[in-house]
Amino acid sequence: MVANIGYFSLVLAFVVALYGAGAGAYGALRNRPAFVESARHALLLTWPLVTVAALAIITLLVRGDYEVAFVASVTSNTMPVYLRITALWGGQAGSLVFWSWLMAAFASAVGLRKWDRDRDLLPWVVVTTMVTLAFFLSLVVFFENPFARLWLSPQGEQLTALFQPAGASPIFPSDGQGLNPLLRHPGMVIHPPMLYLGFVSFVIPYAFAIGALATGRSDDRWTQITRRWTLVAWLFLSLGLILGGRWAYDVLGWGGYWGWDPVEVAALLPWLVGTPFLHSVIIQEKRGILKQWNMALIILTYSSVILATFLTRSGVFSSVHAFAQSAIGPMFFGFIGVTFVVSVGLLIWRWDRLGGENRLESMFSREALFLLQNILFLAIYVICLWGVLFPLISELFTGEKVTVGPPYFERASGPIWGALLLLMGVAPLSAYGARSGRSLARLLWKILAVSLIVPVVIAARGMTHPVPLIGFWLVGLVTLVTAYEFGRGALARRRSQGESLPLALWRLIGRNRRRYGGYVIHIGVVLMGLGVIGIELFQAETQGTLAQGEQLTLGRYVMTYDSLAQWDAADGRNITRASVSVYRDGRRVAELHPRRDYYYASQQPMTIPGVRSTLEDDFYVLLVGWEPIAAEGATFKIYHNPLVNFVWLGGLVFILGTLVAAWPERDPEAARVAARGPAVSLRGLAG
Amino acid sequence: MRSSWRPRLFLLLAICLALLPAPAAAQDGEPTDDEVNAIARGLYCPVCENVPLDVCPTQACAQWRAIIQQMLAEGRTEQEIMDYFVVQYGERVLAAPPAQGFNLLVYLIPPAAFLAGAFMLARIIRRWTRPASSAAGAPATASDDPYVERLEQELRRRA
Repeated sequence: MVANIGYFSLVLAFVVALYGAGAGAYGALRNRPAFVESARHALLLTWPLVTVAALAIITLLVRGDYEVAFVASVTSNTMPVYLRITALWGGQAGSLVFWSWLMAAFASAVGLRKWDRDRDLLPWVVVTTMVTLAFFLSLVVFFENPFARLWLSPQGEQLTALFQPAGASPIFPSDGQGLNPLLRHPGMVIHPPMLYLGFVSFVIPYAFAIGALATGRSDDRWTQITRRWTLVAWLFLSLGLILGGRWAYDVLGWGGYWGWDPVEVAALLPWLVGTPFLHSVIIQEKRGILKQWNMALIILTYSSVILATFLTRSGVFSSVHAFAQSAIGPMFFGFIGVTFVVSVGLLIWRWDRLGGENRLESMFSREALFLLQNILFLAIYVICLWGVLFPLISELFTGEKVTVGPPYFERASGPIWGALLLLMGVAPLSAYGARSGRSLARLLWKILAVSLIVPVVIAARGMTHPVPLIGFWLVGLVTLVTAYEFGRGALARRRSQGESLPLALWRLIGRNRRRYGGYVIHIGVVLMGLGVIGIELFQAETQGTLAQGEQLTLGRYVMTYDSLAQWDAADGRNITRASVSVYRDGRRVAELHPRRDYYYASQQPMTIPGVRSTLEDDFYVLLVGWEPIAAEGATFKIYHNPLVNFVWLGGLVFILGTLVAAWPERDPEAARVAARGPAVSLRGLAG
Repeated sequence: MRSSWRPRLFLLLAICLALLPAPAAAQDGEPTDDEVNAIARGLYCPVCENVPLDVCPTQACAQWRAIIQQMLAEGRTEQEIMDYFVVQYGERVLAAPPAQGFNLLVYLIPPAAFLAGAFMLARIIRRWTRPASSAAGAPATASDDPYVERLEQELRRRA
């Protein structure tokens, strides 16, 4: 019953979304406002409909109705209620419904805004969001039905179908297979929704961009309306990526947080093109240039979002993340292809209208440096896209699968990340318009000189390898420049307003949230950069088999193996847990419990590290194996991960900065008017 | 784009150095786990795709590591061991495909795309900067610190 209601509302939502798209397009092309209004109502109707479907799935999951194939595949009797609910996005069908639900929710939020000033954009926003929604709903309605039940055919075959096939009898399993153990972790419970929130939010700016192209509006209205959407999308995407890294570090047991796994890289793709978009939109608002460029970027972002969803969901790569296999690949490729071609077609059609209002007046102006940043990001994008797709291409053309792993990504993108850090240290000092290289240099050289202290000090302490020295220097440079930006702004306020320094700083940030929020994000990036340098270049590891009481040494750390215990837990896993003592410089600093969980149902082992964390470093120990009689010995792998916690600390600062930048201004209209004022305005400097 | 710097190599060296005063067993006879892992790190078994062999928890990968250990004990070099796995299971066991034949494309396309992008950018910038028709585009910046001037100007207006 619940399943039937759920499926019915999915079908209804699909039909309504299709109608909304059709009515919107018809109303816009034939100039029939009544149809446009009807399309908007259809859009508003999709959210309650998909909500009913999602609630139906959740009901089935919580009740444990294992005759529904999806429920049987992602839940089991031993799973607690919160995991049963979040199992909604633990499998293919459910996560597509979840995607659709977010899409419908965001579309509704946009549908409910005040449209008075932008009535002409409305139908195209409806068309774009509803076409996207209809596509995702079509996948669950026709291919990946989350409500399909299990049946036994007269021939004894197990079938999956919504309605009873002729002669088949229903199966009522007493238990399900349960969620993939790797996903039973708080990080994995919130990581996919964050990523999806980011993915889906990016559809909104794209929808407005398509609206602008379709109507031929060449002003910045679409970027102004969607500025916050873009920031929010970016916030969730970044948060999703950081949480994914944390989950990998805690659960996957390889001593790192980012393994350049194809699915990780796929999820990074929208971020790699969304980030330059976020920057270059500012240039369009301030200087009236790069309009075609921004259109191209948001189109690419949208395609990347769909591609990333496809790659992460379809199982096209069998990788640690690809938990789902299905036959919806061609649908995805078709959809990405069609939307991309149509969008690019629209852009070419409107190309001439989107010409710049200004010229690029100096190679050292902020707009030129932003453009350079854009190109660097796109270079990383190309590297990542190619690295992800090449194994598929190779399999297609040569029949042989290859692995494109960390060495490729690290070597190809490493220097570009470095160049981006350098730009982050230079660009904030540049100005819009005609600013000569000389005046930039005059500002820059002192800071450059001071920043060189960092590598010199480190080199003096005996660390002379060029790569980490360059890395630390860049980190120092960006920190200095960012601090300088905060400092001179606050000092100027204090001089002119007579405010105390903290108040001046507070007001400075409050009045220019996007600019200074952006700088806070830069600080976050720098902190994360420290962590990345630490773990990438200075990680050390060793492995050894120890008898009880024996020890393993790594740098300043000594670890002794104390004991091992093994038992069955109530949730269907066998736990083998070791106790080890960790000594640093001879002093006992921690007792850790690395363990190996073995899930009987899925026959899957999971290696959970024992970690001692400090700001300086992590001591990270894995239980690799053990002898049948525990006292005889166990094998441990230990890692020393210097500075790794700066990755998480930087992540927090990063998110904080994004929140500052996205926080609503007190009076958005006035700010907008000011934004396009004379080039000398403070907002003209904002970035 | 392909820097000569190899963190892995550095790490390996560091480990080797750390191992110098290790127990005598490491020098003759049984190879250490670290020596095995140093080779396993660059290998991927076809089953647990994208999990490097040195950290893969499955039985199959434990067997692969045992093979490496055995081959090391027989005195084979790292290259010989890698070659053995490539012959047995194909090039996909390597962390990145060798730069030859069709696989050359892996390494050629990104730099080519980057150069094309840089070329495009250079052209765009040239086109935009060439006829800098009017100097009126931006006001002259007379003050020695135009930033502070602008900031103060703006603050005055807002106050």
